[in-house]
Amino acid sequence: MQLTGAQALIRSLEQEGVDTIFGLPGGAILPVYDPLLDSSIRHILVRHEQGAGHMAEGYALATGRPGVAMVTSGPGATNIVTPIGNAHMDSTPLVVITGQVATASIGTDAFQECDITGITMGITKHNFLVQSAQEIPRAVAAAFHLATTGRPGPVLIDVPKDVTQSMMDWWYPASIEEYDLPGYRPEIPLDQEAVERAVALIAESERPVLYVGGGTLKSRASQELLAFAERTGMPVVTTLMARGAFPDSHEQHLGMPGMHGMYTAVTAIQKSDLLISLGARFDDRVTGKIPAFAAGAKVIHVDIDKAEFNKVRHADVAIQSNVAAALVAFDAAQATPRNLDVWWKAINDWRDQYPLVYDEPTADGPLRPQHVIEAIAAKAAPGTIVASGVGQHQMWASQHWKFEEPGTWINSGGAGTMGFGVPAAIGAKVGRPERTVWCIDGDGCFQMTAQELTTARSEGIPIKVAILNNAYLGMVRQWQEMFYEERYSEVYLSADLPDYVKWAEAMGCVGLRARTLKEMHEVIDEANTINDVPVVIDFRTDAEEKVFPMVAAGASNDDIIVHPLQRGERR
Amino acid sequence: MSPEPYLGEVSRTPVRHHILSVLVENKAGVLARIAGLFARRGFNIYSLAVAPAESHARFSRVTIVVDAESAPLEQIVGQLDKLVNVVAINDLAPRDAVERELLLATLPLGDEHRSAMLDTITKAGASIVDVGPTSVTVMLAGTPGACDELERALEDFAEVELHRTGRVALPRLG
Ligand SMILES: Cc1ncc(C[n+]2csc(CCOP(=O)(O)OP(=O)(O)O)c2C)c(N)n1
Ligand SMILES: [Mg+2]
Repeated sequence: MQLTGAQALIRSLEQEGVDTIFGLPGGAILPVYDPLLDSSIRHILVRHEQGAGHMAEGYALATGRPGVAMVTSGPGATNIVTPIGNAHMDSTPLVVITGQVATASIGTDAFQECDITGITMGITKHNFLVQSAQEIPRAVAAAFHLATTGRPGPVLIDVPKDVTQSMMDWWYPASIEEYDLPGYRPEIPLDQEAVERAVALIAESERPVLYVGGGTLKSRASQELLAFAERTGMPVVTTLMARGAFPDSHEQHLGMPGMHGMYTAVTAIQKSDLLISLGARFDDRVTGKIPAFAAGAKVIHVDIDKAEFNKVRHADVAIQSNVAAALVAFDAAQATPRNLDVWWKAINDWRDQYPLVYDEPTADGPLRPQHVIEAIAAKAAPGTIVASGVGQHQMWASQHWKFEEPGTWINSGGAGTMGFGVPAAIGAKVGRPERTVWCIDGDGCFQMTAQELTTARSEGIPIKVAILNNAYLGMVRQWQEMFYEERYSEVYLSADLPDYVKWAEAMGCVGLRARTLKEMHEVIDEANTINDVPVVIDFRTDAEEKVFPMVAAGASNDDIIVHPLQRGERR
Repeated sequence: MSPEPYLGEVSRTPVRHHILSVLVENKAGVLARIAGLFARRGFNIYSLAVAPAESHARFSRVTIVVDAESAPLEQIVGQLDKLVNVVAINDLAPRDAVERELLLATLPLGDEHRSAMLDTITKAGASIVDVGPTSVTVMLAGTPGACDELERALEDFAEVELHRTGRVALPRLG
């Protein structure tokens, strides 16, 4: 069967089970948009290519399936660089298709030419410049294989216009051997000897902590984690990237570690004698000052990517494996620590002494952002998915929302990309339409990608957006207040400009506003009744509110700063 | 575990260097991927030699001499291995490897230093591969140490144009 390269591309995506593409057309990708009309694949027309990339990420994080985005060459391609970099940092499986100028024009500075494979070399797991129409099926199959296996990540396929316009004989690779990836071996057999050494370290341990990272979600190891944690009785912490991997309601869960982590999670790590790292990478936002991080702990490091071992922290035992398989092996070997009663006594004391607190809300406002999040959560359907932007509101969302299952927390961790929230929420809703999706956003973040609410409205994607409007780039303001003697430099945004309610309405959404506690409850209830169009709520929150606990950048986790309400009582 | 880095005695090679013999797919952009990786991770390359591998048109062999002071070797190998186009990495400590390099130098043969120069060339075991009216081009294929020595000896003479290839290496047999 003879097909054009464009037809072959769409057909290849169908072969991979793609149901949705997020994208925006232009000259170089035009040929591919024609056969798209005849395909069962849903295309979501974004208003900016960055939105397409973040939507694909939200889709991937909510479903566990790769997200797919398609854009044109030149500026279309450069506009999606931020989401590609974001997905690379967070190991999110994406396949991004970019149009390219015709093969003969490459290198001539042709109209809308740019070297997108060169630009994204350092922020993709791999990328391809497809040389002929006949090669399209192989590139697509290989891209999906690379994006989703081993340590997942973004893969870019750059397709010149003449390649999509020329003819090919349809075929599709029948097996991995045909992908032509001689250097790619994502899984290696589990090193039983290393497992035995890990089991021996666990057996000696009196103060273990399961340090759970995003790799646990990526390897779908939540069930195995629950079984292992419950059998051994060990405490669990989940990083920002792993929220939802272990139920927050579980007695053994100490919450999030790190710069804005729970006092108990941070301190338990510091005092531990054994850290079992499960798909985590000792990020500086978790470790604080590295030499002072869990200084008395031995480390068992489980990761699918061997380059993570000894990169930041020496691993006493390194196990190259997906998290699920390693946990199964630990259980098979009946890995068991010593009696943990004394350890749990210490942990529970920390918990009692330093719970998560915030100032009492006042009836007339301004609203407490933490309280707004808890109020939304209290009224949310079980299984609600939460996306966020980057800043204070993100930390509060991670702290105050209770996550119970994988795929319910959609967040930009490694890159910290402002503007991630709205498009990622849209992508999550497309992937899990039966779920309620809230975006907890900042006023600064919202202004970066809000135009995608037009996309959401026109495509019938009813997400709910809570803007925690503190009139500031709040996280930066917090640093200036605490570390720059309250010298506020370029962080004020204004609560009233733009008018978020009118802006929401202009995009066909319902716009609501709350200043008082009464209004807060009313607008949340109202938002919960609206399920046909997106809702945006402008919550007027206190600009002075800061995120606690906090470990200052570069400080030791021992020097964690607790909430002012808790100061003075510290031992 | 990788072998201990070798503490070399030659001045031009970094004190703690290591040789990576890397088999890569012969595809467009592979060298840029390797160079980009080294640049963005702050790994230093001391020398680099590339040629088609064995009889396969499909693969090339890249011999990279890395500065093992700039980053732990385990990190360099681990990150390099993640490049999809990298097929195999053979990590050679200098003491376990046979290393050779090619040096070409064009020397003016004025009357003044003629005999000293010829003496240096002969002592180094270099051969004359091209002769012009006032200069000669000599070649030395030898250990990096021998090339370093000849290079140092030629520093005494003016107007020498000298090129080195960077080394290639194979595991030592015995
Ligand atoms: C694209 C981008 N630019 C700048 C930053 C630096 N930054 C981190 S948080 C933040 C403030 C975010 O403001 P807002 O969305 O209002 O959230 P808030 O902290 O007030 O909750 C900034 C500017 C970033 N993370 N991403
Ligand atoms: Mg703000």
